[in-house]
Amino acid sequence: MIIVKDVTKRYARATAVDHVSFSVTKGQIVGFLGPNGAGKTTTMRILTCFLSPTSGTASVAGFDVLEQPFEVKKRIGYLPETPPLYPEMETAEYLRFVGKLKGLSGAELERRIDYVCDRCFIGDVKNKLLGKLSKGYRQRVGLAQAIIHNPDVLILDEPTAGLDPKQINETRDLIKGLAGDHTIILSTHILPEVEQTCEQVIIINKGKLVATDSVRNLQARTRGDESLLLEVAARDGQLDALTAQQKLEAVAGVSRVLCTEHKDASLLFEVQSQKGQLVRGDLARAVVAFGWDLYELRSAAKSLEEVFLQLTGSAAPVEAEKNPAIELPS
Amino acid sequence: MRNIWTICAKELRSYFVSPIAYLLLTMFALIFGFFFWNALGYFVIEGMEMQMRGQTFPMNINEQIIRPLLSNASVVGLFFIPMITMRLFAEEKRSGTIELLATSPVRDIEVILGKWLAALILYACLLFFTALNFAFLFHYGKPDWKPLAVGYLGLLLQAGTLLALGTFISTLTKNQIIAGAATFGVCLLLWVLEWTSGYESATWAQVLSYLSVITHFESFAKGVIQAKDVVFYLTGIFLGLFFTARSMESLRWRS
Repeated sequence: MIIVKDVTKRYARATAVDHVSFSVTKGQIVGFLGPNGAGKTTTMRILTCFLSPTSGTASVAGFDVLEQPFEVKKRIGYLPETPPLYPEMETAEYLRFVGKLKGLSGAELERRIDYVCDRCFIGDVKNKLLGKLSKGYRQRVGLAQAIIHNPDVLILDEPTAGLDPKQINETRDLIKGLAGDHTIILSTHILPEVEQTCEQVIIINKGKLVATDSVRNLQARTRGDESLLLEVAARDGQLDALTAQQKLEAVAGVSRVLCTEHKDASLLFEVQSQKGQLVRGDLARAVVAFGWDLYELRSAAKSLEEVFLQLTGSAAPVEAEKNPAIELPS
Repeated sequence: MRNIWTICAKELRSYFVSPIAYLLLTMFALIFGFFFWNALGYFVIEGMEMQMRGQTFPMNINEQIIRPLLSNASVVGLFFIPMITMRLFAEEKRSGTIELLATSPVRDIEVILGKWLAALILYACLLFFTALNFAFLFHYGKPDWKPLAVGYLGLLLQAGTLLALGTFISTLTKNQIIAGAATFGVCLLLWVLEWTSGYESATWAQVLSYLSVITHFESFAKGVIQAKDVVFYLTGIFLGLFFTARSMESLRWRS
């Protein structure tokens, strides 16, 4: 549905997108992931024909963005980073204007307006001025304008930015609900969002493609050996971390045990299995055999966050040093 | 064609839901009303003096009131045009709504024509207030309507040229004030270029004078349609809109 081949976009002083290639098949939700300034917005603007690539080609639904931009534009719905709203218009009126621009008219247009208002939960602000809407509503009106003409491809630039947690969940559900009929690319720098919403993920950093794979594969790819989190406690409350560690290391298939935390009555361990060994069952049985209580045993799958940091090669974000701007007189 | 009208209606609406249109209409009506009042005052006094001296020179409403007033209207218009055009593209660029227009299946030229047409219609609304004043002349006198109609055609053509230039300038910046100030400068310059012909008759002065938008309006004010003047204005409109289209296209490469 979307094919990007070797696309480069250079500005006067910087290269925003550097030889990026990827493709998206019909009906998929793809997460477009990268830190701020990675080139996500530029790539999306190229796909929507807002910008022209310096070199390379991109096509949407079989139409080239440079050769047949008109055909491409008919088939995409685009929500830019800031929703393109006219503050002096009312919601329904705005949707009518956008609908007309996208080629709808008459009863069909009115039907679609009702539909998107319903779908994006903006029915109650239909007659309100866009300039007076809250951030959450503005974002949803932006989404409504993107889907009004029922486009094949939806391109959403940070659709959940600035929303509160409840709105984020609603918006995610809304986007998930749109998948299937629509091919969706959404950009974000919030990783759990990709884990929850997308099937496929494209990671870019500093304008370069870092990885493109399914969310599950990507997690597995960087995982290696199985790593488990284990929390145990002794009945009498007396459990020595060192002996417990030695006992656990003796379990078949375990390669390394690390005590990560002492709690009041329990101990937390990180257990690394040997390659290709499934130790969860043995571990549980052993804990019971030692006479301890098993509080928790779960696989410590790497979050996409770790995957992301590993792939982009940047260190985990360190909190900025506290440097008070104003020094108080002592 | 439909898209042009969609854009035009949207622009007109935003002129008329904001105070812009009403402010411009009020100011223009006041200023032009003042001109009209003065012109009429002179005419009446002159007429009385002539009667007292027993002279019977023919008095002509068209020549003595309508023609100078049309010239005034064209100059006052110069000051209002930047205020009409400055927001056309600058505002869309500032608020990001240009992304909506540029990614919708609408041709650039349709967007440009729609916006230019809306600006022209607003200008025509300003002219409507001059017509209200002239209506008194028709009620109390018998002026010829044909030169007046030609005058209005000239005003619209002249405004079309300047509005097209203003639209172009508005695509160059995100800042409405910059767009407005630059347009005002250009309008003013295109007016005063005509002054060179007053003291100099060399070729360069004639060329400069020819480029002045006011020079070409004079014959319209007299009620004469000259092909060279019509061609001048139509060329101006075409060039202005052409540059706007090029400028809009360059957004895809630059920003």
